[in-house]
Amino acid sequence: MSEVKLWDFHGGIHPPERKALSNRTPIQPAPLPARLILPLGQHIGAPARPIVAVGERVLKGQPIAAASGQVSVPLHAPTSGTVSFIGSQPYPHVSGMLAPAIVIDSDGLDAWAPLAPCADYRGLAPEVLLEKIRQAGISGLGGAGFPTAVKLAARPQGKIHTLIINGAECEPYITADDRLMRERAAELIVGIEILAWLLQPEQVLIGIEDNKPEAIAAVRTAIGERPFGLRVLPTKYPSGGEKQLVELLTGQQVPSGGLPTDVGMLCQNVGTCVAIHDAVLQGRPLISRIVTLTGEALARPMNVEALLGTPVGELLTFAGLDEARMDRLIIGGPMMGFTLPSLEAPLIKTGNCLLAPTRSELPPPPPPLPCIRCGACADACPASLLPQQLHFFALGQEHEQLRAHNLFDCIECGACAYVCPSSLPLVQYYRAAKAEIRELEQKQHKAEHSRRRFELRQERLRKAEEQKEAERQARAEQAAQAKAVQAESFALPDRTAPLAAQPSQTAGLSEQQKKLKIEASMAQVALKKAEKQLAAHATPELEAQVTELRAVVEAAKKALEAATAAAPPAAPASNDAALKKAKIELAMKRSELKKAEKAGADDAELTRLREALAGAERALHAAEDASDKPAPQLIRTDKRPVDEKLRTLKTELAFARADLRKLERDEAADPPALESARTRLAAAERQLAEHQSE
Amino acid sequence: MTAVLVLLLLCLVCGALLGYAAVRFRVEGNPIAEQINARLPQTQCGQCGYPGCKPYAEAIAAGDKINKCPPGGEATIQALAELLDLEPEPLDAAGGEKPPMVARIREAECIGCTKCLQACPVDAIVGAAKQMHTVIAAECTGCDLCVEPCPVDCIDMIPLAGSLQHWKWDLPLAPGRLIASDRERAA
Repeated sequence: MSEVKLWDFHGGIHPPERKALSNRTPIQPAPLPARLILPLGQHIGAPARPIVAVGERVLKGQPIAAASGQVSVPLHAPTSGTVSFIGSQPYPHVSGMLAPAIVIDSDGLDAWAPLAPCADYRGLAPEVLLEKIRQAGISGLGGAGFPTAVKLAARPQGKIHTLIINGAECEPYITADDRLMRERAAELIVGIEILAWLLQPEQVLIGIEDNKPEAIAAVRTAIGERPFGLRVLPTKYPSGGEKQLVELLTGQQVPSGGLPTDVGMLCQNVGTCVAIHDAVLQGRPLISRIVTLTGEALARPMNVEALLGTPVGELLTFAGLDEARMDRLIIGGPMMGFTLPSLEAPLIKTGNCLLAPTRSELPPPPPPLPCIRCGACADACPASLLPQQLHFFALGQEHEQLRAHNLFDCIECGACAYVCPSSLPLVQYYRAAKAEIRELEQKQHKAEHSRRRFELRQERLRKAEEQKEAERQARAEQAAQAKAVQAESFALPDRTAPLAAQPSQTAGLSEQQKKLKIEASMAQVALKKAEKQLAAHATPELEAQVTELRAVVEAAKKALEAATAAAPPAAPASNDAALKKAKIELAMKRSELKKAEKAGADDAELTRLREALAGAERALHAAEDASDKPAPQLIRTDKRPVDEKLRTLKTELAFARADLRKLERDEAADPPALESARTRLAAAERQLAEHQSE
Repeated sequence: MTAVLVLLLLCLVCGALLGYAAVRFRVEGNPIAEQINARLPQTQCGQCGYPGCKPYAEAIAAGDKINKCPPGGEATIQALAELLDLEPEPLDAAGGEKPPMVARIREAECIGCTKCLQACPVDAIVGAAKQMHTVIAAECTGCDLCVEPCPVDCIDMIPLAGSLQHWKWDLPLAPGRLIASDRERAA
């Protein structure tokens, strides 16, 4: 083994490995389950979208859900069978919540769908190769489950110069990658070659912890003459963390909040490499994975290759689970895994280990005691954070401080909680604080979004209102203009008529008087002008002119005076009033007479009233003669005589019609009332018609 | 004499500068109202008695109470108290703090009257006259302003279902602050 320099990362711990429990037997195929539950979201990103219907028969390897969006992966049927249900199903999550899933009832045939193997991947364009990986539904099998094709395609800062293959498998108990490297080293190397072909890195480094000598030997043999650098790492948890592995192998630190791609590196898990080999060379999508079944509650701890969607309970039963001894079921390792509330949940792409420990094996943590500020957590933190400070900030919900202390660089490895003498559940605090901050961020984002939408709406409504207002004004203006034009065309004669009539009526001046007046004032003006001129330049001619003009003015004035005196004042307005009075008198007398007639007054009274009416008529005639107005033309309209019978019939008809209308309008009216109203109307109509035809 | 002149000159220059700055760097709107508005949940529900979050923000800036926002709840009161250096008060609302809700139209019963469309402050309901309407759940703020105008009462406010994406870990209790039974066990 050539001497190569290795670096180290800060902190880290050495928990008991307990790997020997499960790494002694070869990988076994897990039994075919009768019912598989395939959650649509087995990866980071948008859940897949089902493309099969309930009742549809599917073949092994057939796609059953398509990627929805950029960061998503498709899902394939792990075995042949019938889709029996699509909906909420148990999901391997600490909350025990249900998640949308496709359920397949296996038919036991395990019949493959036709696959498209490809022996020579070097003949394929990189995009085609990437698409193959994408369509095979591969997401990171190390634990996080990030879609592999997205990871390979996203290279924000230029080229990837180092491809790192993660075979560290640092977490206690887990041996899935160990067994995989031992048994499938050849496929692993081909998978790495495909990645190297895709990315064209300058170097490929494979990191394996030194507690897996058989795996190291197998991989070294498989590498042969290939220029891949195999690095044997000293066992230290968490050397398998992406950022820690980068630092171990290259001495470079991934910047805070960044990814290995930011420093030109890319990490892939060994399991993912084998899945890529299967997908490209055999055309086999990701439908199974190797999972470690371990813990002292199992009679036969081992690694199995299990179909995705197999309920974890069945896998544990296969490994000889003694439920009475099992304290709790942990999915993932003892450091980073979480407790599963039920055995119903299925195995998903990210599930690398099922740990069924006894109570004595992994006792529940003692109740936490207050922090003594020993600082052991800071020494253990592989991300060089200050766990105790973060813990206090999390308790006080000081989100700004948490951010300032780089909470989001925490990989939740649990090293701090492992070394804590007060048994503080430190990672819990960080997880809760992270979730809280993310939730607040989402709320803030949503609030901002809503605010924008609200403001846009307000703006839109305001504009619509303004436009309406403008239209309203335009209409009003138009209407005013039209009115003005109409008024001009109609009103011209109207307006001139009163003007012409006015002088004769109001001023009471005759035409001649007017003429005289104008002449007099004209003479006056001429005289004034002449006098002014005379004042300026006194000449004998002007003086003579002024004297002459004075005489003219005098004469005009005299003529005017004579004319005004001669003409009597115009017809007095009192005449009109008298006429009106007479008319009112007449009308009153007439109505009095009518009233008396109706009331059946005696003859003497009636004659008296008739005489009074005649007197009023005479008075009116006199008034009419006195005024210079022409006598009104009397127009008498001859009304058809209405006899009593006809009137009563017509009234009855109108009442009947009104009643019916009212009933018809009232929705609550009962039908018999409506019907009777209708018959009444018909009867009234018939009677009226009969009477008129008589 | 020179001193007086120099001071006078200084006064004039400073006055001119201030005058110019007042015109040139004039702040549009009310900056404190903007900051308050940024802390409100923007549901535009009007439960505070103002027609939307911004008017309430302006009212707070003018001296109104900070505890009238039921959708924002305790968190908003806390944030506003911090911003304005006031004492946080308990929420002043009949129903108390409400969980996040989303409106859903029972589409079979919708008559297509468009009344809810007009009521929605964030345009989260789509539909047209005499066509079925539906709520865009992602845009709905859960303000329930659409419920009242509906003539056939076909809009339900349902609490936002918890999903795996929205699930979060509980913050563990501070050490030493155990519930009684746990303390007994620990002893």
